[in-house]
Amino acid sequence: MQNLLTIAGRQFRSYFNGAIAYIVVCFLLLVVGFFFWETFFLYRRATAREFFSLFSLLNYLALPALTMGLLAEEKRTGTIELLITMPVADWQVILGKFLGVYGLYCVVLLLTLPYPISIAQLGDLDWGPVFAGYTSLLLQGGAILALGLMASSLTDNQLIALFVTWGFTIVFFLIDKFLPLAPLSLTSFLEFVSFDAHLESMRRGVVAVRDLVFFKTVTILSLMVAFRALESRRWS
Amino acid sequence: MSDVMIEARDLEKTYGDFHALRDVSFEVRKGEVLGFLGPNGAGKTTTMKILTCFIAPTKGTAKVAGCDVWADPMGVRRAIGYLPESTPLYTEMLVLEYLEFIAKMRGFTGPEARKRIKTAVEQTSLGDVIAKEIRALSKGYKQRVGLAQALVHEPDVLILDEPMSGLDPNQAAEIRELIKDIGRERTVILSTHDLGEVQVTCDRVLIISKGKLVADDKPEELRERAGKAQFVVTISGDDSGDTRDVFGNIDGVGNVKVKAGDEGETRYVVLPKGSEDLRSAIFEAAVEHKLPLLGLERKDQGLDEIFRDLTTGTADRADDKKESN
Repeated sequence: MQNLLTIAGRQFRSYFNGAIAYIVVCFLLLVVGFFFWETFFLYRRATAREFFSLFSLLNYLALPALTMGLLAEEKRTGTIELLITMPVADWQVILGKFLGVYGLYCVVLLLTLPYPISIAQLGDLDWGPVFAGYTSLLLQGGAILALGLMASSLTDNQLIALFVTWGFTIVFFLIDKFLPLAPLSLTSFLEFVSFDAHLESMRRGVVAVRDLVFFKTVTILSLMVAFRALESRRWS
Repeated sequence: MSDVMIEARDLEKTYGDFHALRDVSFEVRKGEVLGFLGPNGAGKTTTMKILTCFIAPTKGTAKVAGCDVWADPMGVRRAIGYLPESTPLYTEMLVLEYLEFIAKMRGFTGPEARKRIKTAVEQTSLGDVIAKEIRALSKGYKQRVGLAQALVHEPDVLILDEPMSGLDPNQAAEIRELIKDIGRERTVILSTHDLGEVQVTCDRVLIISKGKLVADDKPEELRERAGKAQFVVTISGDDSGDTRDVFGNIDGVGNVKVKAGDEGETRYVVLPKGSEDLRSAIFEAAVEHKLPLLGLERKDQGLDEIFRDLTTGTADRADDKKESN
C-alpha cells in the first residue's frame, strides 16, 4: 500500500517537471473560466450548468494528454523495468499511476471551486446541481483517465496512446448523438454506454446509481485491461 | 540460508519459435562476482530479467536468496539490487529526489532512509551532483546513479546488466573497484562483452552463446581448458627444411609450423602436446644445432580467442583455431 502511494506521489510530482501538465491545466482553467463568467455576465444567470457541460467536453480533449505517457514513456525509456523490479506488485503500479494522474485532475477541479463560490456570493446559487456537477466530472474524468492509462499500457509510443484514447473518447462522446439513426432495439443500450447521456442527467442534479455504476465499470475494466497488459510482458 | 545465493535450474525461454535460452543452469555463491559473457543476443539480458522477476521463464525455475521466482517474486525483488541495461532513470528528477523515491519504494523512511542514501552516495561518489537533474549528468554519473539506486537497500544480490558500457577508463576503474568491494561479502552478477573486464573483476565466468551455457569456469581455468600455450621461435636466415625437424624432435612437441617472418628471418610456431613450458628445451636444441636464435616467445591463447571459439560453435575448437592461424 505504501508503495502504491509512493508511485502515485512520484507520478503526481513528475507532472510539475514537464510542460504538458501545465499546458493542459492552464487550458482547462482558462477556457472554462472564460465561458463560466460569460454565462454569468452576459446572460445574468447564477448557474454553473454550462460550466460543467463545457468542462466535460474539454475533458475528452485534454485528459488523454495527461495519460498518454503514463506507461508508454516508461516502456520506451526502460524505467518500467526498474519500477517493476522493486518490491511492488503489478496492480500497485497500475493503481499508483492512476491515482497519481487522478490526483492532478482533482487538483484542477479544486482550482475551479472559486468560480461557483464567487457566484454564490454574487447571486443565488443552487448548490445541489453544483455538487452533482462535480460528481459527474469526478466520474467522467476517472473513466477517461483510466481509458488513457489502458491505451498507454498497450504501446510504448505516447502519440499512439494519445490517439487511441481520443478514439475511445470520441466514440463514447458521439454515441448518443446517433441515437435517432439507431435501430430501436439498440437505443436503450446506446444510451446507457454514452458518456453524455449520463453526464446530462447528473448535471440536472440527480446522481443515479446507474450513472455511478456505468462510470465505475468503465474505470475498473480499463484498469484491469491495463493490469493485464503490464503483466503480459512476463509471458510474451 | 545456504551459501548458494542464486540457483538457476533448466531455465528456458522461447519467443515463438526463437529459443532465447535453453537448459541454462548455474549456481552463484555468497561472496562471488560472476561475469556473464556472451555476444549480443546470446541470452544474458534474458537471464537477468528472469532472475529479477521482470519476465517469467518458459520452463525451469530460479531461486534468488532462497526465494523462488515463481512462488515468491516479492522476496526475490527485496533481495536484489538491479541495474538494467542502458541505465533507465527518471531523468527529470534530481539525483537526491530520485534516490529518496527509491529508498521509499524499498520501505525506508526518515533518518533510516537518509542514512542509506548517504552510504550509497558515498559508495558511488555522487556527492557533487546530488542536487542536479539526472538528465544533465554525464553518462558516467548516470551509471553511478543507477548503481546507487541498486545499493540503497544493501541487497544480498546485485544484478548488473552491462555496468561498464559507455564509461571512460577512469570511471570504469572506479566502478570496478566498487563492484569488487561489494562482491567480497555479497553476490554480484554482471554481464559484459568486454573480456578484459571479466579477467580483472570476476571470480567466475559464465559464457553463454545462442541461449546455451558453453562455459562455467574461473577465468584462469577457462584459459587452460580451452587453449594451450604455443611457442614462437624466430631464426635468422631462410628455412632449410631441417630446422623444422630439430624442433619437432624435442620431447613434448606435437607439431611445428613454419611461417614467413620479416626479411631474412623465419618463424616457427611450436605447439606442445601437454602444458609444460618448452622454452629451455627449444633454446638448447637451437644452441646444439647452431641455429641463430633471434627470438623465443611463449604465447598464451587470449580470452578473446577462447571466447570466439566457444561462441562460434566449432567442435574441436583449440586445434581448429591453430590450423587456421
